[in-house]
Amino acid sequence: MSAYEMLQVMDADGAAGDHDPGLSDAELQYCYRTMLLVRAFDDTAMKLQRSGRVGFSIPNRGIEATQVGAASALRKTDWIFPSYRDFGMPLYHGVALVEMMNNMFGNSLDGSKGRQMAVHFSFKEPIHFLSISSPIGTHIPQGVGVAHAMKMKGEDSVALISFGDGGTSSIGFHSGLNFAGVWKSPAVFLCQNNGYAISMPTEKQTASDGFAVKGEAYGVPGVVVDGNDLLAMRQVTVEAVARARAGDGPTLIEAVTFRMGGHSTSDDPTRYVPKELVEEWEKKDPVPRFEAFLASRGLWKEGDHEAIYAECMSEVKEAADAAQATPGPGLETIFSDVYAEVPDHIRAQGEAAFDLMRRKGDAAGGGGEFPL
Amino acid sequence: MANLTLLQAVNDGLKTAMRDDETVLVFGEDVGPKGGVFLATEGLTAEFGEERCFDTPLSEDGIVGTAIGMAMYGLKPVAEIQFQDFIFPAFDQIVSEAAKLRYRSGGQYTAPLVIRTPYGGGIRGGLYHSQSGEAYFCHTPGLKVVIPSTPHDAKGLLIASIQDPDPVLFLEPKALYRTVKGEVPEESYTVDLSTTRKVREGDDVTVFCYGAMVPVCTEAAEHAAEAGISVEVIDLRTLYPLDEESVLEAARKTGRVVTVHEAPRFCGYAAEISAIIAERVIEYMEAPVTRVTGFDTPFPNTLEHNYLPDHRRVLDAIERVHAF
Repeated sequence: MSAYEMLQVMDADGAAGDHDPGLSDAELQYCYRTMLLVRAFDDTAMKLQRSGRVGFSIPNRGIEATQVGAASALRKTDWIFPSYRDFGMPLYHGVALVEMMNNMFGNSLDGSKGRQMAVHFSFKEPIHFLSISSPIGTHIPQGVGVAHAMKMKGEDSVALISFGDGGTSSIGFHSGLNFAGVWKSPAVFLCQNNGYAISMPTEKQTASDGFAVKGEAYGVPGVVVDGNDLLAMRQVTVEAVARARAGDGPTLIEAVTFRMGGHSTSDDPTRYVPKELVEEWEKKDPVPRFEAFLASRGLWKEGDHEAIYAECMSEVKEAADAAQATPGPGLETIFSDVYAEVPDHIRAQGEAAFDLMRRKGDAAGGGGEFPL
Repeated sequence: MANLTLLQAVNDGLKTAMRDDETVLVFGEDVGPKGGVFLATEGLTAEFGEERCFDTPLSEDGIVGTAIGMAMYGLKPVAEIQFQDFIFPAFDQIVSEAAKLRYRSGGQYTAPLVIRTPYGGGIRGGLYHSQSGEAYFCHTPGLKVVIPSTPHDAKGLLIASIQDPDPVLFLEPKALYRTVKGEVPEESYTVDLSTTRKVREGDDVTVFCYGAMVPVCTEAAEHAAEAGISVEVIDLRTLYPLDEESVLEAARKTGRVVTVHEAPRFCGYAAEISAIIAERVIEYMEAPVTRVTGFDTPFPNTLEHNYLPDHRRVLDAIERVHAF
């Protein structure tokens, strides 16, 4: 196990003594609801993918407390550089479900104009949330650059940079931590140690004793936290953000959690994840644990889960229906946004594409199955 | 003979090479127990053990860098990069190191590794799971660049690449992984690198293509035949070093040339084909030497079928050069 002691606020049964999470009752209930909203989004996305209506999705199940606990420590002026599995962060900050669904369907209202795969969301409001780039770890030094720019402008905003255990093997991780350490950047690195990088278990990803320790070599303090404990996640992120805002530099948070689903809707984890491991983590599900905590404060009762989940499903379905009914992007969207102004040669290629469409009709719709 | 998909032929090629030569190793991200995200390496760990087919940490730079070292020391590494789109962290290792090792050491050291990677569109993979980066690598002396389009060539070219004394980038057209099937000999065999394949004989127009564009061009040629235009289709299959003589011969034969690829046009591979023809056989040309390519834009997602050259676009070009 890790050289660092894993911080927990709640015990396995959700008991947190007299811990003050620094959130109102309504805010605590909002955190809970956001976790269920992520779950409803996951369940809907899976159905949409299985029925062929969207091409792809990334399951978040098991990671909701990590996402929501960390997101709750941020202000709207902070920036999020997410990992693949961070749907709870934009949802916590109030990004509309339909905006996320527009991306899932790649329609004309999608922020990326249907150019990116599903789950590659970008938002500027109500919080900056930059789309993932499928190459792993590229966003880590970029996030440090944003953090450095925030500092240079004399602001006290921070960049939260999230990645998985696999991301720590990327070049970007090492460059990013090194620069942030040297510059004392207001960055918070969040390593979601969820057990697997696609099929690679963490013990094959690194020989080091956990991931938090990796910060030490770069002069970045590391902390290990129970990622399925929403209150502990919130506490370590609040502390890391406070350090960053105060000019004391970056922190590397290792959130120990588990990916309860496949890497994606195209992946079959039963090929490589032992069944016993899934069963073990099923018992550590962050949702019932937080329910027990809420119940201990009189904020949750039997039946709430079903009622709130049903509400969330209804909202997600409404968003999905609206996104599905929205037309796809126009042919012109292939040619715009390459540069600020469309260069002549790209304009000519666009005109030729329209000309061909007029003369020979539209191209046959794309098929193909995404494997990853 | 077995009737295999292109994907199965790659898998068969790897197994055959590993059975024939115990220094052949396969490694990369998720190639072990999972068998690769496309299942190209399925069953390798089971048959050859974790010593010879294994997962690596998530670092393309690490994968290619260590493969260079193993190759230098006499092993035959076949490294997988999960998607060609993910290869760029290893660009330095490939372009600055593997490709130049023989030259910079005066032939004292070599790095005969193979890097396999799926490339191209057709699976709704968006910007980062669809690109065709062959031109970057064809601009790299010291590297060989191979792209099969049939199961037979996939196995034969792969084994030839593994046996080759120089570094080979083996680009697999993922759109064809499961959509083409063909007869593949069960034994070990090679298809010579730097040779082209005549897919279809024709007299009026010559179409050069490779990878996933081969079936597209064949379909366009069939439509052209209905309209009375006889099209010769050439699969280039090794892009670098190119069998220039066979290209020149096929260009001279019809005097009307169309080159097709799904990568962007500007400085794309078709530009080299056009230049070779312009320099050496322009006097035979009856029509402008023409390209059909992806657009000079990043690769879209929802509209990928509009981005990728299809038989309509290829046929349109064939008709234009034929009517010129």
